[in-house]
Amino acid sequence: MNHSSASFGRSVAAHSILLLYTVIALFPVFVIVINSFKSRKAIFRSPLSLPDEQTFSLIGYQTVLKQGDFFLYFQNSLTVTVMSLFLVLLFGAMAAFALSEYRFKGNSLMGLYLALGIMIPIRLGTVAILKLMVASGLVNTLTALILVYTAQGLPLAVFILSEFMRNVSDDLKNAGRIDGLSEYRIFFRLVLPLVRPAMATVAVFTMIPIWNDLWFPLILAPAEETKTVTLGAQVFIGQFVTNWNAVLAALSLAIVPVLVLYLIFSRQLIRGITAGAVK
Amino acid sequence: MASVALQNLVKFYGKTQVLHGIDLTVADGEFIVLVGPSGCGKSTSLRIISGLEGATSGDVMIGERVVNNLEPKERDIAMVFQNYAIYPHMSVRRNIGFGLRTAKMSKADKTARVDEVARILSMTELLDRKPDQLSGGQRQRVAIGRAMVRDPAVFLFDEPLSNLDAQLRTQMRLEIKKLHQRVGNTIIFVTHDQVEAMTMADRIVIMKEGRIQQVGTPQEVFHLPANLFVARFIGAPEMNILKGHWRDGLVFLDGVAPFKSDVSSLLKSQPVLVGVRPDHLTVGGESPLFAGTVNVLEPLGSETLVYVTVNGTEVIAKASGRAPPAVGDVVSLSASAEDMHLFDETSGQRIT
Repeated sequence: MNHSSASFGRSVAAHSILLLYTVIALFPVFVIVINSFKSRKAIFRSPLSLPDEQTFSLIGYQTVLKQGDFFLYFQNSLTVTVMSLFLVLLFGAMAAFALSEYRFKGNSLMGLYLALGIMIPIRLGTVAILKLMVASGLVNTLTALILVYTAQGLPLAVFILSEFMRNVSDDLKNAGRIDGLSEYRIFFRLVLPLVRPAMATVAVFTMIPIWNDLWFPLILAPAEETKTVTLGAQVFIGQFVTNWNAVLAALSLAIVPVLVLYLIFSRQLIRGITAGAVK
Repeated sequence: MASVALQNLVKFYGKTQVLHGIDLTVADGEFIVLVGPSGCGKSTSLRIISGLEGATSGDVMIGERVVNNLEPKERDIAMVFQNYAIYPHMSVRRNIGFGLRTAKMSKADKTARVDEVARILSMTELLDRKPDQLSGGQRQRVAIGRAMVRDPAVFLFDEPLSNLDAQLRTQMRLEIKKLHQRVGNTIIFVTHDQVEAMTMADRIVIMKEGRIQQVGTPQEVFHLPANLFVARFIGAPEMNILKGHWRDGLVFLDGVAPFKSDVSSLLKSQPVLVGVRPDHLTVGGESPLFAGTVNVLEPLGSETLVYVTVNGTEVIAKASGRAPPAVGDVVSLSASAEDMHLFDETSGQRIT
């Protein structure tokens, strides 16, 4: 009796803390979304109230959809995010496999070198990156962004994935070798499915900063045809006048694709796929 | 099917030598068990045969081929691992069929082959399950099925029963032995359990510190152990070892009447170690060898293990299960001369 009431109290406490945190974390998003459906006056008069019959307005969305090529911006953002994500996961997993599976000279040194990127922000190298892109004629292309984001995401991916791959049983890989699998097939058919939860984690961690980034699109690809959503939304922010309806609508729209991607990966976050493989 | 031969196999890990020249010939269709304490090189030998590891020097032959430089898949072998190593994200059917993936067979033939293997291992109804829905014994059976499906020349087993509970282990032991009698492929089986070795093997290879100590049938290694290590390793409880002295065809043990031993290779008087198994040392009996005080009794049902102190040394003997002596009794112990083993005191080798 005592025990169960104590654990009940504890779970209430834990849940209220988590709920509080959720409210704090979601509050700004909530405010953005509700205000994107209000008229300009209503936004300033009572920013926290829900849109009602008088204040409801789609003017922000209309502006966004009329203004320039917001679909193109979305497409750019998606292309950059998905391609970078794909390359980060592919190369990160391959490097992690090599580091965790094969014994070669300088293995741990190489691992350290690849992990170093976690500690050094890539933006420190912006000037050099810009020079590089100018020299190779990649300025104002999506390729430039994809390359930079791939480089930015790799260190963390390699670090996390190599830890997970070390935990994949050696016997399993050896069984594959005896069954006649090549090293590539062992990687793709045996190891990758087993580290899927880790891949999903890495995917989420990699995806969000890329989608939200303003810095590199602004510097490397500010042209109209390569603008990303975050950069596109800046059109409505002026030095003297800001079109808040449009900004909030653009931001609300920008949440949708990333939310969809997140939902896809979070379904893969189911643990225990490896449970029972190896006793 | 094929024979397997190891010729002067040497393996170094860095500067540590783990195999000191292993020579072994396994006949076609033979069930051979490599047994020894951990770190004796038995698993390393198996991995070298499988091709998962290379030897530092020496040759591995499977059939008539030297396979030193061949990949595991080219060696016509299959291996069963201690951790089962079945693919967790595939159904039982796909696990078993996985080895056939590259085989040049029609799809129907492959399915038929998987069904046949499942029938032999009586797990047809489990084919559509995932590994995490199986018990330990069933998982091990899947692993064996995956090995069987390709009908390899040689089966390699790397301590496959170590993770199972005692009852299941006994059962799987029997199943593997029956399987061998049915399919007749060459089997090389690694274990650290001498009971597994004794019960399953055609011949046992006993290893220690990277060297083969003895190769022989279960009867040979039990009744004619080549040295002290083998004598102690095989048989439970362990063989009793007593210090003694050989002179003119008689063995003298401390404070015990000498007994006859007609070993021909001994010429002069010399110290020896006398080994006698608890199974052969009986309480009472016709010709008592020595007497001592009973310390501890371990009733096993059909018999009772009796720990007896003889001149300060503790020896283990067997008494009947129905009427064992009591603790504190002074009992006489007897053994027949043919069950007494003599070993050289310094080298530990058997004296014949």
